[in-house]
Amino acid sequence: MNAIDIALPLCAQTVAALNPGDIVRIGGPVYTARDAAHRRMAESLVRGEPLPFAIAGQTIYYAGPAPARPGQIIGPCGPTTSARMDAYTPQLIKAGLRGMIGKGERSDAVREAMREYGAVYFGVVGGAAALIARCVKRCEIVAYEDLGTEAIRRLELEGLIAIVLGK
Amino acid sequence: MRIIRANEILELTRRLILDAEFNIGVDVRAALEAALKRETAQPARLALEQILENQRIASEERTPLCQDTGMIVAFVELGQDARVESDAEGGFEEAIQAGARAAFYGGYLRASVVDDPLFERANTRDNSPAVIHARIVGGDRLRMLVMPKGFGSENMSAIRMLPPSAGREGAADFIVDTVRRAGSKPCPPTIVGVGIGGTFEQCALIAKKATARRVGSVHPDPRYAALEDECLARVNALGIGPAGYGGFTTSLAVHIDHAPTHIAGMPVAVNIVCHASRHAEGYI
Ligand code: SF4
Repeated sequence: MNAIDIALPLCAQTVAALNPGDIVRIGGPVYTARDAAHRRMAESLVRGEPLPFAIAGQTIYYAGPAPARPGQIIGPCGPTTSARMDAYTPQLIKAGLRGMIGKGERSDAVREAMREYGAVYFGVVGGAAALIARCVKRCEIVAYEDLGTEAIRRLELEGLIAIVLGK
Repeated sequence: MRIIRANEILELTRRLILDAEFNIGVDVRAALEAALKRETAQPARLALEQILENQRIASEERTPLCQDTGMIVAFVELGQDARVESDAEGGFEEAIQAGARAAFYGGYLRASVVDDPLFERANTRDNSPAVIHARIVGGDRLRMLVMPKGFGSENMSAIRMLPPSAGREGAADFIVDTVRRAGSKPCPPTIVGVGIGGTFEQCALIAKKATARRVGSVHPDPRYAALEDECLARVNALGIGPAGYGGFTTSLAVHIDHAPTHIAGMPVAVNIVCHASRHAEGYI
């Protein structure tokens, strides 16, 4: 398949070279975060506290995996609907977030923040969860363990096929 | 009087949930394969190929099709000539709940349920409770339809209490508009279940049940069959496409069910199900 190879974390030149509709093959680290983790991160920013990981240049994957069976690295882990995170995303982009992976449309405010700060939004196929799990080579919880599936995990990806939905 | 043990209900619930979580119906698969033949653009084809490949992996590895293993919905019909006898877990409802928990632990499903919807939103940690809709019917069997439901698509569902004057066009417009507004959030290609008539809650229930109808089946009433075809054509003309990547296949089917309603009303409910259309049926 004709896919552009992307090595995370993203740099400004990589982002600049991408266009909506491009098919990419992503490798490298991402951090999972969804509804509850975003709420906590936003609360931290309001209080002026540091985020649970150094967000500058990093990519967030909107996902909450199912539990791993014994011997598995991770359970099925497809994307969740990105729009639910829209309320929090512009402040994270401002704080340095450069990439997002999820499914579905984003708000005008998110699109504007992406343009202003040079961030990119990748789409993966919602519901392709068992297939996507095969692209995860390492998984560790880095924060909010009490949130269960909603905890922030650092995943090491290899060969995740995605499409550029916006930047 | 036929005795049905609570443990049999527990086991049936567990088995049906896992079957639904791991295996997609042949009807949905056939519809997706047909869609792949129709689509020409690379992103749409890529999405469909990944969806089909995901289904193959899930059933081969007995792993859930989607990480959102959903909230468990069980439609149960209990024959009036059967009597449920309690076991260790308790009676009828407890057995279904215990079966759902057994599926959660045994199938490595995701804990996706919070207890209080508005305030603490604390995760119940075992995906409980399941939503149970039970009816008493004739005979001495127990029939169960389980439908684990993810909220990417559930959130995109809608109900409207339309006036009778809205008529066929009003219903069709509401159906198409609901799918349009959903965009790519409910993981297209979707299956659109529609309830028309009844009361507020009955309308939503028949919409939900309609999603489980076999894809490719034709409505027995030709007027509704024509309305289904028209809505499906309009929905697929929206161009949302597989995974929202653009294309001809936004939905695989529109299934309408209807019920008698009040002289003053014409409720329409639209329940959207993603391509991971999970349901399984069995009986004791
Ligand atoms: S809408 Fe369906 S396929 Fe998409 S993430 Fe939710 S459960 Fe999975």
